[in-house]
Amino acid sequence: MTTQENDDQTLMEQTNIEQASDISGQKGGIKQYISFNVGKELYAVEITTVREIKGWIPATSLPNSPDYMRGVINMRGVIVPVFDLRTRFSRGHTEPGKSHVVIIVKLDERTIGILVDAVSDILTIPQEDILSVPDKDVNPEYAFMEGLVSVEDKMVAIIKPRMLFDMNSIPDLGVAAA
Amino acid sequence: MSDPMEQFKVIFFEECSDLLISLEEGLMQLQAGDCDEEVVHSVFRAVHSIKGGAGAFGFDRLVSFAHIQETLLDDIRSGALEVEQAYMTVLLQAFDILSELVGAAQRDEEVADDFGGDVAKAMKAILDQTGVPLAEKNATKKPDIETDTAEKNARLFRILFKPYAELFQRANEPILLIRELGTLGDLTVALDVSDVPDIEEMEAEHAYFSWDFSLITEYDEAAIREVFEFVEDDCDLQITDHGVYLSPEAFVEDAQAGLFEDIEDEPDASPDVLKPRKAVKPAKSGEAVVSQSIRVELDKVDTLVNMVGELVITQAMLREQGGELLVEQYPNLVQGIEDLSRHIRDLQDCVMAIRAQPVKSVFSRMPRLVRELTASLGKKARLVMSGEDTEVDKTVTERIGDPLMHMIRNSVDHGLEMPDVRAKAGKSEEGVINLSAFHRGGRIFIEIADDGAGINKKIVLEKAIANGLVSPDANLSDEEINNLIFMPGFSTAESVTNVSGRGVGMDVVRKNIQSLGGRISIRSEEGKGSKFTMSLPLTLAVMDGMVVDIGPEKYILPLVNIIQTLRPGKEDVNSLPDGRNVMMFRGEYILLVPLYDLYHIDNAIENPCEGLVVVVEGDGGVLMGFIVDDLVNQQQVVIKSLEANYALVEGVSGATILGNGRVSLIVDISTIQDMSANQLRKFQSASPETNKISPQAQISSEIH
Repeated sequence: MTTQENDDQTLMEQTNIEQASDISGQKGGIKQYISFNVGKELYAVEITTVREIKGWIPATSLPNSPDYMRGVINMRGVIVPVFDLRTRFSRGHTEPGKSHVVIIVKLDERTIGILVDAVSDILTIPQEDILSVPDKDVNPEYAFMEGLVSVEDKMVAIIKPRMLFDMNSIPDLGVAAA
Repeated sequence: MSDPMEQFKVIFFEECSDLLISLEEGLMQLQAGDCDEEVVHSVFRAVHSIKGGAGAFGFDRLVSFAHIQETLLDDIRSGALEVEQAYMTVLLQAFDILSELVGAAQRDEEVADDFGGDVAKAMKAILDQTGVPLAEKNATKKPDIETDTAEKNARLFRILFKPYAELFQRANEPILLIRELGTLGDLTVALDVSDVPDIEEMEAEHAYFSWDFSLITEYDEAAIREVFEFVEDDCDLQITDHGVYLSPEAFVEDAQAGLFEDIEDEPDASPDVLKPRKAVKPAKSGEAVVSQSIRVELDKVDTLVNMVGELVITQAMLREQGGELLVEQYPNLVQGIEDLSRHIRDLQDCVMAIRAQPVKSVFSRMPRLVRELTASLGKKARLVMSGEDTEVDKTVTERIGDPLMHMIRNSVDHGLEMPDVRAKAGKSEEGVINLSAFHRGGRIFIEIADDGAGINKKIVLEKAIANGLVSPDANLSDEEINNLIFMPGFSTAESVTNVSGRGVGMDVVRKNIQSLGGRISIRSEEGKGSKFTMSLPLTLAVMDGMVVDIGPEKYILPLVNIIQTLRPGKEDVNSLPDGRNVMMFRGEYILLVPLYDLYHIDNAIENPCEGLVVVVEGDGGVLMGFIVDDLVNQQQVVIKSLEANYALVEGVSGATILGNGRVSLIVDISTIQDMSANQLRKFQSASPETNKISPQAQISSEIH
């Protein structure tokens, strides 16, 4: 998949989203997501937040940073931090090779990269198909999970990167070793 | 479409801020006893122009206040009043009120009815002393003394000028004629746009406007005719002599003059808002200078700076790649890359110079601050400024305002004594604060010196002990005690005043300055005063750096801090009991800072005798030796923010992009200094009794 396609879809989708409206609980909206693998698990982020998908390039590590912070890369003159999603979920450390990709997402004013194993698919999901995360209410650390969806009998967890990598308020994940 | 009036308002306020600056400058000069005629004129003109513009927009409060001020200044200008210190105080107060009124008008705020009333009264009182009541003055005096004398035999002419449609085809331009006419005397212009046809019928090259001028001049009709000499055949021209001119009520008209002097070339921009105006007065046109500067939107300049930044990175890449080429094989290419490097460096200097601003823009806020402070504290102080023209990048001027204000406040509040105390100590009652700026060694230095009481070391030490910042048995040098005032939560004021001493203190000032890559130091002598010196980089966008290897990583050290690089012999390196290493350097033991350890970098050279030691100067002139693997090269780096997309990283002031496209981090020397001190804390807190940081350990670690 190229960035060009990505942008086109982003544009197309933006109109859809405007119509669909973001009011939670409202049924009938359709959103598109990019799904990706970390190990055997499938995750997805909303396509409108994705700016670019890059092959892994070695990052400059930042001292005294959380272990899931893989360092910073140069994206056309802008310094972008790259986070290891696997480490964030305490599933170990990704040893990135040529097949690994960094998904560049835009969170409000910030641009960050998320290191994942591979991009899987573009999903078009009606909002009513998104199922809630069990126990989410009692586990505040699951706030980064928007919901679960079943695609071709596989579970995809839709995540909100903002909740995972917002430097101002990183919720202390019970599962994270940091 | 934006309202044209709004657009003019923006211009007006931009000009106001310039005018206010020059007004204050002038007043300061007058206060300093420099009663040069030019200075008086410039002060008068500034008030006059503000009043003029304000009148055009109907800022009545501003106009009426400025009018009194103007009248007073006019008396000074005409010699009716001598400049006296008593007046100066009133004039300076009036300046403050005027700036407030301008600010209020700009923010579209209402001001209290009695705002500035006492100052206005004081000015009126001075005017009354001169014998001529204010009201009468308005009626009988023109603001310009030049025209004053001229008007004795001035005549009023009415000139009707109606160009034929073909005027432009003969290469004539009415505005030039009007300007010329303006040089003859006091000109009022009324524009007649009644002949302007509908847009469909309009011929682009036809002249449709006509004018009705009133000219007060001592020249005769022939002189006026001469102005129109070349257009005589292309227009209807009527000149009528209305006889000897007796000054009518000049004020309202006058009020409308200022603004339109500057937009006079755009009669078609908003014909409906054009009011009769006076053109440039003869006295002014003589001084009129062709503007040597243009206003450019900041965004455009910033884009330019960013692009040049990218260019510098690309150039570094080319140079790196070019270094591998064989000169014999590609002599021209190698030479070309060299030339390119030089040109880009020059280009960058030029671009940075565009953003450079004199520190005047920051300094100019200080006299007023001192005035207000001394008034509210009952002290007497004089602010002496020098080097206001020293230039520094906008990014720096923008951010030194607050720290500087805080320091000035500090000097007035804590530094200077009350007048009676000063008198007892044999000093003049009026304290002097010197604020100066100068360039040295690629940095800008700003010094704030007062001749006050200096830092009372005893009180400072007691306070520090009481606050638990220092252990009671600590033995501190004078310099260490002076530096205590930079500690968080430190305030020596015996009572917390509303001026300073609100908990945020010099520690915040130091933090702010450090975050700019600057340093601050203090020298103080009890009874004689204190001097704060800060040194700041000239720009926050680029710096000269030394690229060093630490393990697999490349870091940048700011070149300005580097004293020397050396490889010590085994016998030069010694250990302290806490495990840290020191090295003899220029007759002193300096601490060796293991950067690899502070940055947690694996596979770096840990033994300074195998790697290199870069001796750097930290805060307060403290020398440290940074242990690195090797030096790579020296180059100019473009500073990029890590915070934009991530967060502040301890020990790192920013990042840059090297020639190979990789990101490299810039070492923040002052936080490294703190981090290295914290290592000591770790050592002490690792003592068996407790894992928590003992207060003692914290104290000794912070006072290094």
